[in-house]
Amino acid sequence: MFSKILIANRGEIACRVIKTAKRMGIATVAVYSDADRDALHVEMADEAVHIGPATASESYLNAEKIIAACKETGAEAVHPGYGFLSERASFCEALEAEGIVFIGPKPKAIRAMGDKIESKKFAKDANVSTVPGHIGVIENADEAERIADEIGYPVMIKASAGGGGKGMRIAHSRDEVRDGFDRARSEAKNSFGDDRVFIEKFIVEPRHIEIQVLADSHGHCIHLGERECSIQRRNQKVVEEAPSPFLDEATRAAMGAQAVALAQAVDYQSAGTVEFIVDRDRNFYFLEMNTRLQVEHPVTELVTGIDLVEQMIRVAAGERLAIAQDDVMLNGWAIESRLYAEDPYRNFLPSIGRLTRYRPPAEIKGSDAVIRNDTGVFEGAEISMFYDPMLAKLCTWAPTRPAAVEAMGLALDGFVVDGIAHNIPFLSALMRHPRWREGRLSTAFIAEEYPDGFVPEEPSKDALAVLAAVALSAELLRKDRLDRFADRVAPHNGALRRDWVVRLGDVYLDVAVVDGMASMPLELDVSIDGADPVTVTTHFRPGDAIWNGTIDGRRVTAQTRPVLNGIRVDWQGYSVTARVLTPRLAELDRLMPVKEAPDTSKLLLCPMPGLVVSIAVTEGQDVKAGETLAVVEAMKMENVLRAERDLVVSKINAAPGESLAVDAVIMEFD
Amino acid sequence: MKHVLVELEERRAKARLGGGEARIAAQHAKGKLTARERIECFLDEGSFEEFDMFVEHRSTDFGMQDTKISGDGVVTGWGTVNGRTVFIFAKDFTVFGGSLSEAHAEKVIKLQDMALKNRAPIIGLYDAGGARIQEGVAALGGYAEIFQRNVLASGVIPQISVIMGPCAGGDVYSPAMTDFIFMVRDTSYMFVTGPDVVKTVTNETVSAEELGGASIHTTKSSIADGAYDNDVEALLQMRRLIDLLPQSNTSDVPEIDNYQSVDEMDASLDTLVPDNANKPYDVKELIVKVIDEGDFFEIQAAFAKNIVCGFGRVEGRTVGFVANQPMVLAGVLDSDASRKAARFVRFCDCFNIPIVTFVDVPGFLPGTAQEYGGLIKHGAKLLFAYGEATVPKVTVITRKAYGGAYDVMASKHLRGDINYAWPSAQIAVMGAKGAVEIIFRKDIADPEKIAAHTKMYEDRFLSPFVAAERGYIDEVIMPHSTRKRIARGLRMLRNKSLSNPWKKHDNIPL
Repeated sequence: MFSKILIANRGEIACRVIKTAKRMGIATVAVYSDADRDALHVEMADEAVHIGPATASESYLNAEKIIAACKETGAEAVHPGYGFLSERASFCEALEAEGIVFIGPKPKAIRAMGDKIESKKFAKDANVSTVPGHIGVIENADEAERIADEIGYPVMIKASAGGGGKGMRIAHSRDEVRDGFDRARSEAKNSFGDDRVFIEKFIVEPRHIEIQVLADSHGHCIHLGERECSIQRRNQKVVEEAPSPFLDEATRAAMGAQAVALAQAVDYQSAGTVEFIVDRDRNFYFLEMNTRLQVEHPVTELVTGIDLVEQMIRVAAGERLAIAQDDVMLNGWAIESRLYAEDPYRNFLPSIGRLTRYRPPAEIKGSDAVIRNDTGVFEGAEISMFYDPMLAKLCTWAPTRPAAVEAMGLALDGFVVDGIAHNIPFLSALMRHPRWREGRLSTAFIAEEYPDGFVPEEPSKDALAVLAAVALSAELLRKDRLDRFADRVAPHNGALRRDWVVRLGDVYLDVAVVDGMASMPLELDVSIDGADPVTVTTHFRPGDAIWNGTIDGRRVTAQTRPVLNGIRVDWQGYSVTARVLTPRLAELDRLMPVKEAPDTSKLLLCPMPGLVVSIAVTEGQDVKAGETLAVVEAMKMENVLRAERDLVVSKINAAPGESLAVDAVIMEFD
Repeated sequence: MKHVLVELEERRAKARLGGGEARIAAQHAKGKLTARERIECFLDEGSFEEFDMFVEHRSTDFGMQDTKISGDGVVTGWGTVNGRTVFIFAKDFTVFGGSLSEAHAEKVIKLQDMALKNRAPIIGLYDAGGARIQEGVAALGGYAEIFQRNVLASGVIPQISVIMGPCAGGDVYSPAMTDFIFMVRDTSYMFVTGPDVVKTVTNETVSAEELGGASIHTTKSSIADGAYDNDVEALLQMRRLIDLLPQSNTSDVPEIDNYQSVDEMDASLDTLVPDNANKPYDVKELIVKVIDEGDFFEIQAAFAKNIVCGFGRVEGRTVGFVANQPMVLAGVLDSDASRKAARFVRFCDCFNIPIVTFVDVPGFLPGTAQEYGGLIKHGAKLLFAYGEATVPKVTVITRKAYGGAYDVMASKHLRGDINYAWPSAQIAVMGAKGAVEIIFRKDIADPEKIAAHTKMYEDRFLSPFVAAERGYIDEVIMPHSTRKRIARGLRMLRNKSLSNPWKKHDNIPL
């Protein structure tokens, strides 16, 4: 076994690998760029080596610097994590040449599978079912159009070296092929340094289900069941689970067998993932094989009890797999939610800045529930624009899917993140979405269920009651202290006022306190909006960010933040400003005029902090709805800003190359 | 007997209607509450005791003898805010447009006298048309009587003004002499002379909003200390402010139960100050993490944002915070920031509110605009204010404390009680670049030598330790324990006793 390994990565995955290495008694070396000097993985590792500037191509993607760091520290092996150099055969070879072990598959397997075109050929030869498409590199847009016509629309244009949704475009018609081809190529080049793309049939309403395989260097290969990753936004996975609510035992076995066959066909060793598209009749097609540890590997770990990183390290050290296929049992249900620094209310645009508050829910390892949070950030950390905007992977496990979903909902409700925008409200709303709860998924789920982006729903009557109960109890406790000033002219009579009005957004609810005092812990019987009284209990104390308690016997975790004259309550993706008023105050409050927000419809605002790549129009130009106005780059993604309606550009305020803050005015319209 | 009781009730009901249903409806249509509704909003329910409900004007000119309305355009009295006494007067726009007559002024004066005698805060709600022209000089006399009482009460009891409608001419000077002025956005304005007179005299065309709206007075003129979206918002915030303030200059600060431990470390503060000295950070994050529950009442949030002033609580007791804001102009001290903070420091000192100062200041802002604008004397105001303050003063230098600005910002030499510095503090006469170019002028052409000198200067002087060696800093503290350190410091200073030499009053550089 190795005595020291280097982790050629950053963020949560570097931390996660370090944890297992530590448990195995292996010393760890972290590498870091300028932007990551104070990062968590640097803190956690036994040693850390600085490898260059923030730009990934000059640090985390720089193989020579990683190898130099190995030599400097005497690390015997390198775990690449995912992304960066994890699927670069040349990197493995360079390590091998230096006598350093790559904790992953051999270069041959990486080459064969890492390239999506090559991998399809292998899959065909191994009798793995594949999606109709053009296998081969496409030279130019004309060829792309011709091939797309042959396959039939819609088609998907993908980067050969791609992954994670980058360098991927869908074309629904011939018109969209050319643009998609160009963009896929340019993104592929920027993200992976390789601009080759290919085209395949786009399967409508597909489910993304993948098989985890594990192989050693002695010819043993097993699979660890599947993960379903159908909840995706623009091909970027958001929520994953294991097992899939869709697979039956026969399909699982068939997919597993094909995955193992493919892995064996390329002499695979280490952990790998064979991705399939599954249609509604449970036909499955090979998509690609990821020759690395997947982001979503924790859900497999939670249902199998197998530490994949440990297995990778053991395999790399030449050990035989100690697990046979028959030993693999899928136990219970695991769900992973990816927390991104993305603003769900601004079409999930990246958000950067300082994490002023970051308080994940407590990790639990129980026999009926597990909460696991893989994270690479900490309170006070800076989220930079240089890397992937993922903050954490929150996982829950429970014996059944409904219980795991419920646990995830509660865990998300108790996850405090301030300072940057994040997608917790979206994930929380998703957890109570009926279709998600039923498991009726497809990779188009988000596009279908949230066609206009994530627009917060109006809370239902039941939800309003919960929000009102949280707001009332928190505010009564806060106000209660103010009844005890030493310099009162007369002592307070000690009674708790019974009649209140809780204003939630623009809704006024009459709330009667039927029984109880503003004591800590609190127990109140309240009648909300004329309904039968319910009991509210909580240990909440003024100043707490989290409200934990029960409402009518139901467990509720909500978040409260002080706002002007009230509190904001966040729960299950709802976010309301709440005010607790006396009936008379509520009456006067209703007399107050509604103020309109300033009109920004005649402005193009920069939707995120980023760099202006190009301005596509000139002053005075007539622009039709849907035409490109400008391109802004942030987090390595090019974001095309299009005209929402027909308009005339009156003034342009930004130039290519300029760095803009969020909401900076890029141009004005007549 | 019974009929007189009925008559009283009838008279009261009539008086409470003020200018009548139609005018009340008009007030509501403008998005404004009536005087009595405002008082209801502000005070504890049922606590209002009204005075002089039946006062009427005594004017006989211009046919005024035929129009008399009980109360005469202002509602006065007292009540409680969370059980504590507050005196309140509210101009009633429905009665003669809230205009000030001699009788109206007498009501306000009576209330001012009571507030001062009984040592409790007084709050005035303005929504009025200035002097009642028909009364002529009697109204002017009334104003001056009010002004005189503002002056006498200043520094004895907190005086607060809320502008909730028009406030012009003679009406503006009483608020101007109170401790705080707040406004309501879109429905209030305040100026000495209105747009019509401005047009006649200077030929400027300007709207009332542009001349004296809330946005002007909170961002440009600094007349107002804050603005709110509507009457209810504003009045509830005034309750919040009252909860923070002592009743008078002889009272202790109010105290409420606090459930947030001061012993809990906040590791995130260890990364608040960026490695790069030129990179800003938001000092409000520090304030919010140091005070109880992050509950910060900021004063003049939209003006001179390079300095942050406001109230918070530490262990349940009110504290005034002053902090350079590196996010705006690098936290530099200019005329506006100096004036803003000086006034705030003096308010705290008047009312026994301890002052916590967070320092990250690169110096005073250079330039003709500042010098011509009297930076010397404006800067001196803040220096003076800190120097004369005898309340507990706790200072934390987080990063830069350069030059004269170091002295000004509640330094040890200005009787700072506890002066802490974070390890990132740089207490020096100036930054490395400037210092090296002066000290090593002869090497200026040699970039290598300059670089070496700069490094030497940074290593030696850009730290808290030179100051700590001299005792100018009592202790270099970990950022994560700032809340605990401040809380402990304030506990120790609770019985601080310090007074200045007897004087009639000081002569602050106005």
